[in-house]
Amino acid sequence: MTALLTTTDLAMRFPGRHGLTDLLRGIPRPVVRALDGVSLDVRPGETLGIVGESGCGKSTLARCLVGLHRPNAGAVRYQGTDIATLRGSARQAFHRQVQMVFQDPYGSLNPLMSVGASLAEALAVHRIVPPADIPRRVQDLLDRVHLPATAANRYPHEFSGGQRQRIGIARALAVEPKIIVADEPVSALDVSVQAQIVNLLQELQTSLGLTLVFITHDLRLVRHLTHRVAVMYLGRIVELGPTEDVFASARHPYTQALLRAVPRLVPGQRSRDVAVRGELPSPLAPPPGCAFHPRCQRAEPDCAATVPALALREGHWPVACLQADRAIAHSSTIATSTPSV
Amino acid sequence: MPRLTPALLLGLVLLGAVLLAAAVPDWLAPYDPLAFDFTALSAAPSAAHPFGTDQFGRDILSRTLHAARIDLQIALFCMVFPLLIGGLIGLLVGWYGGWIDAVFGRLVDLVVTFPFLVLVIFFVAVLGPGLVNVYIAVACVGWVPYAKLMRAEVLVQRQSDYVAAGRVLGYAMPRILLRHILPNACRPVLVYAVTDMALAILLGSSLGYLGLGAQPPTAEWGVLIADGKNFFTTAPWISLFPGVAIVLAGIGFSLTGDGLADLLAVKK
Amino acid sequence: MTALLQIRDLTVTFATRHGAVHAVDGVSFAVGRGEVLGLVGESGSGKSVSLRAITRLLPDFARVSGQVAWQGEDVLAMSPERLRRLRGGQIGMVFQEPMSALNPVLPIGLQITESLIAHTDLDARARRARALELLDLVGIAAGPSRLSQFPHEFSGGMRQRAMIAIALAANPAVLLADEPTTALDVTIQDQILRLLRGLVDELGMALVLVTHDLGVIAETCDRVAVMYAGRLCETGDVAAVFARPRHAYTAALLQAMPGEGTRDRKLLTIPGQAPRLDAPAIGCAFAPRCALVRPICTTDRPVLQPVAPRQSSACHAAADLAA
Repeated sequence: MTALLTTTDLAMRFPGRHGLTDLLRGIPRPVVRALDGVSLDVRPGETLGIVGESGCGKSTLARCLVGLHRPNAGAVRYQGTDIATLRGSARQAFHRQVQMVFQDPYGSLNPLMSVGASLAEALAVHRIVPPADIPRRVQDLLDRVHLPATAANRYPHEFSGGQRQRIGIARALAVEPKIIVADEPVSALDVSVQAQIVNLLQELQTSLGLTLVFITHDLRLVRHLTHRVAVMYLGRIVELGPTEDVFASARHPYTQALLRAVPRLVPGQRSRDVAVRGELPSPLAPPPGCAFHPRCQRAEPDCAATVPALALREGHWPVACLQADRAIAHSSTIATSTPSV
Repeated sequence: MPRLTPALLLGLVLLGAVLLAAAVPDWLAPYDPLAFDFTALSAAPSAAHPFGTDQFGRDILSRTLHAARIDLQIALFCMVFPLLIGGLIGLLVGWYGGWIDAVFGRLVDLVVTFPFLVLVIFFVAVLGPGLVNVYIAVACVGWVPYAKLMRAEVLVQRQSDYVAAGRVLGYAMPRILLRHILPNACRPVLVYAVTDMALAILLGSSLGYLGLGAQPPTAEWGVLIADGKNFFTTAPWISLFPGVAIVLAGIGFSLTGDGLADLLAVKK
Repeated sequence: MTALLQIRDLTVTFATRHGAVHAVDGVSFAVGRGEVLGLVGESGSGKSVSLRAITRLLPDFARVSGQVAWQGEDVLAMSPERLRRLRGGQIGMVFQEPMSALNPVLPIGLQITESLIAHTDLDARARRARALELLDLVGIAAGPSRLSQFPHEFSGGMRQRAMIAIALAANPAVLLADEPTTALDVTIQDQILRLLRGLVDELGMALVLVTHDLGVIAETCDRVAVMYAGRLCETGDVAAVFARPRHAYTAALLQAMPGEGTRDRKLLTIPGQAPRLDAPAIGCAFAPRCALVRPICTTDRPVLQPVAPRQSSACHAAADLAA
């Protein structure tokens, strides 16, 4: 299966805060490595989950995938073409294929444009339908995301958070994309509304054959929605595999810790043990070697020296842990110690 | 939710009165503003001349009403040109950032070092007195606050997700800038513009008073006050009523601007 | 179990320009020593307002009625001086945003000491010893150097620990925590929740934990009170409520959660959105969105009544949900 969208060794750095006193003292300008050598592929028709905690680079990755950020190194390729080289109509064509749904349902719609005007603009710019057919297509789009036809004449502030998220999805669908990158699309919503949006995304994926990249910090959603999952920690992918397998027997100690840390919905299973000790390190000064080693219980001396590459390491899916092959011996204990979410 | 507060209402009423005077002064004014009446020189307010007359017997009420048009014109032009120039500069500086922003910052520092009025007087002194030169001078100096406001708003809007959505949808830069960012960024600028017109009226009449703005015998509030300055102890009404007109027009613009700001802030 | 804190028929109304907003509508609950009570609901359910009403932290335009009894003493009628000693003394509070709850220009040590000065008569030396003891208790290592640091030098999780240390300074009998982990990452949330649970078990405190996350309730609480539109839907032992919810809203909420068993099926959705609070429903507030709605639900407001041992529900369909 050829991948639709691939990233190879993607790196993205942002300059950190650098005051005048730092400059005078000769302190070099700090750099946040938001992404550091991220390689992954998005396969047609799948739902790929990208999960991690704050500062892991998942949102930066999302923005690189849709062309909002230009990576400092590495490339994002759409059907084999580096999107940084696209110009003019080729770039327009790329934007038609790869769309995004944003986290903040309040900020992602132009407050001064009616819903109908927002959708019509996307249809008109890309000449999706002849101008005369635009109003009908707007109605179709609203219908597709289960909003009433009257929504077209109303403005974003007249809608609830969940409804705005539907409008954002309709706008992405307007240009008939192949891929939708959804960056935490439901984390600003209440549980009861969250379910509506999750179902809608799933429904659209099946009916339109969409490919979905779902960025979230919520492991329950990842488990529910995705086929494959990439777990990120401090700008790198630490594990990338089939969702069911990763949840059943995670190979990276960080993935295992993350799964243990998610509060379970079944009472009476609590233990006094903490899933993982320590704090998330600052992305300004990541630990040497494996970024997780200061918090890792299985860390060996070489973990502090070598940055582990994302590789198969005698398993069925890649993992970036030097101890992963050594862990195979007691993988059964890992499987049982990884509780269900 | 639009709410008509008493303050906004008062502002609109005052503004309406000025607009009315500016629109149809001939219907309202009892006399020709330039007509001399040597039978009533420096006459105190009476039934025939409610605001009195000046040293040439010209009716102060008629002159004050006729002056509304020229003062409103000054207020408008002293706002519009800086608004357009400053708005455009702010839009581009906010969007492009980088070294353009750095140059802009230094330029603003330079301009704000001098008091506004002093700079305007400097320009008018170089160009020569007259209203057209006042507009040029104000445009050269007055764009700064508009550009600063616009730049700050554009910086905020540029970061918003709806702009990101436009970029992901492949919209061209002019479309994003003019159709999405500009309408959202210009609100505080427009509110400021209304309040700024109060200051512009003061500026226009200050320059008129100093003889740098509108030239006599044109009826302009600042000029009218200047006309009366030598007679202030014997015929204070010559200066008093145009002064009251300035105050009321200023309050009108200020209250309307504030009310408008509240009105637009609610909508989100 | 004797209740330390007993809330009866708590009602909070906010007077706004557009009329009265009924944020909390007749809520009753109690919490005893060594017990963790979870107050769960979606945004606008009134859970945080209820918590703030307990220590009278609401703004002046809030009208509070009902009864808040602290060991039999009426909190709503307390003198300002007595209330000051209660807050931070017998009742400690932890908020969602430690960065805004901590004073950014004072070192952490001083902020702990302030609480000790206000509520204990320890001398300076004993206060410092107690401050170090508190940091150790909440798992902040290297106490002496940490005491002189400022909130911005702490990470999010450490700030929340510091706020818990301040709340614990005067040995409170009850800790009120308002979404204490919502702003934190999941591995840090896990640490803080286990810390809170451990403190309750160790110190025998009572904890009222407000959250929107049912998982947090299941992992941390002994009893749960589910709120919707300012009203209590269901209360009971966590195990019982999660195993067999007896209110249509609780049941729907649990089924709307994605998780292990939900793959390959649609999540149950709750249609529509939370009701407006300026016009309270005559019947059940959840009726317009409820799948089990019946005629009585729109006309008669259900009352909270026992439906099983240690479980109460305010639902006309409670009997059906038992099946």
